[in-house]
Amino acid sequence: MIDRKALQTEKISGHSGPSPGLGMQRDYEVCKLVDTTTCIGCKACEVACVEWNDMPFGVTTFDNTYQTMPETRWNFWNLIKFNEHQREDGTIQWLMRKDQCMHCADPGCLAACPADGAIVKYTNGIVDFNQENCIGCEFCVSGCPFNIPRFNPGTKKVYKCTLCSDRVGEGLEPACIKACPTGCLKFGSKDDMKFIANERARQLKENFGMENAGVYDPQSIGGTHVIYVLHDATDPERYGGLPKNPTIPWSYTIWKWLFKPVLGTFALFGAVGVLLHYVAVGPRRPQPEPPEKEAEHGNGD
Amino acid sequence: MGTAIDRFDEKARRTFDSIGRTEVHRGELLRHPVYTRVLHWAVALFFFLALFTGFGIYLPWLFRWFAPIFGGGPLSRILHPYFGVAFVFFFFLQMLNWLAPMLWGPGDTKWIRNIRRVVSGEETLEPPDTGFFNAGQKAMFWEIVVGCTVYLITGIVLWMGARTFGALAVAISYVLHDISAIIMLGGIFIHIYLSTIGEPGTFHSMTRGVVSEAWAWTFHPAWYKKVTGRDPREDYEKARQRQNAPRGPN
Repeated sequence: MIDRKALQTEKISGHSGPSPGLGMQRDYEVCKLVDTTTCIGCKACEVACVEWNDMPFGVTTFDNTYQTMPETRWNFWNLIKFNEHQREDGTIQWLMRKDQCMHCADPGCLAACPADGAIVKYTNGIVDFNQENCIGCEFCVSGCPFNIPRFNPGTKKVYKCTLCSDRVGEGLEPACIKACPTGCLKFGSKDDMKFIANERARQLKENFGMENAGVYDPQSIGGTHVIYVLHDATDPERYGGLPKNPTIPWSYTIWKWLFKPVLGTFALFGAVGVLLHYVAVGPRRPQPEPPEKEAEHGNGD
Repeated sequence: MGTAIDRFDEKARRTFDSIGRTEVHRGELLRHPVYTRVLHWAVALFFFLALFTGFGIYLPWLFRWFAPIFGGGPLSRILHPYFGVAFVFFFFLQMLNWLAPMLWGPGDTKWIRNIRRVVSGEETLEPPDTGFFNAGQKAMFWEIVVGCTVYLITGIVLWMGARTFGALAVAISYVLHDISAIIMLGGIFIHIYLSTIGEPGTFHSMTRGVVSEAWAWTFHPAWYKKVTGRDPREDYEKARQRQNAPRGPN
């Protein structure tokens, strides 16, 4: 269902000017659908991610839950978060959410990144890090509303889920999707996944009595290319730090792209200002000024 | 505490004077000893190193221009904090060195109110109470003191990153670090201009360490009075008469 084609960049971090080749080809947005209501927490997706990306399996942390480790790592991009939520009637809801990069339509990491080409967003919606261009400043970590980019102190580069852009570019589905045994993970066009997600949410409402069931596709960052079906979409926070209204910090939007160039230019006007002063008003010389003929003598260094 | 700083500065000045030389010719006054000059150029060097490594990271439009100067983006990123720390360190020493003459006085507020006449060039001779530094220099000095404090605090936050200080602290520091840089960038043009072509005769106070007596009674009359014991206005008038006299002795 995905065409075999080269990935076309739509946005490039730290880049002045348009993305080369933009608009040359038709492309549709891809999307990963995570149905938290059918996730059984088997962690097959975690293993598939580690396998496909050839990452060494690191030390796991046991903290009295089934969770493999507290957070994703630079070489562990896909983590099932296990959360116990107590309902008002005292019963426990056991929530499992596959945590990974959300591939935002308006990526905060990309907006924050100062390095040309270190982060790209393809026209199909995948946000990818190019480590060869990364300068290791970690601004992306601060720009991401989902706390996803992970720094490798050894190489001073940042890593995260690629949505298997290498597989998707070859017409394959991401590794985690392929491994999922329950069909809780689906992959396809954004339109199709939204349709399936909405249908599933409707089913949960009508057949399972979950009146708050809904789809998580936050519009505050233009939507994401990983969407969730949640038992209770009114409170995504209970799924282990899924923000209700994710936003990009002001520093990396209006400050970086408007105030920085404008104020920086004002500072450069300082150079223009002093030169104009030299031409219009002229220098202040030690008094009394020497007579005309020797004037250039007083102008020494 | 004041005396401890004074003793430290005195010792440093003596040590540097025993290494470097300052030649004061007739008609000249010692303006800056070797220690001050060395500090000034160390501050200047690391300021520009930090400025240029920071420029590439500052704006996407500048990245491809400035990153290659220091061996590419990653190396710029690694070097920038060290250059910055060195800049703050040397300026800190300079701050101790200049703390006393930089203290704000009542004449300084008057000087700032009068700035329009200074900029327009109407004020050829500084007011008689202008001492070793004028209020403009003091304002710049204290701006750099504040700026360096902001640089240091926000710089460490940006250096260690969101892993240590959290995303919000980094996002705030990012803006404050920039504001400090923008103010200093604007200030450096004025500083360079006034110390070179804007006020001729100033530059060698930071190279040879000396200025002419005429320079001193023009720009820093109170300091002139203090070091020579003579009245700056009187000496200026004498020099003027000597100049106007046809073919007078030099």
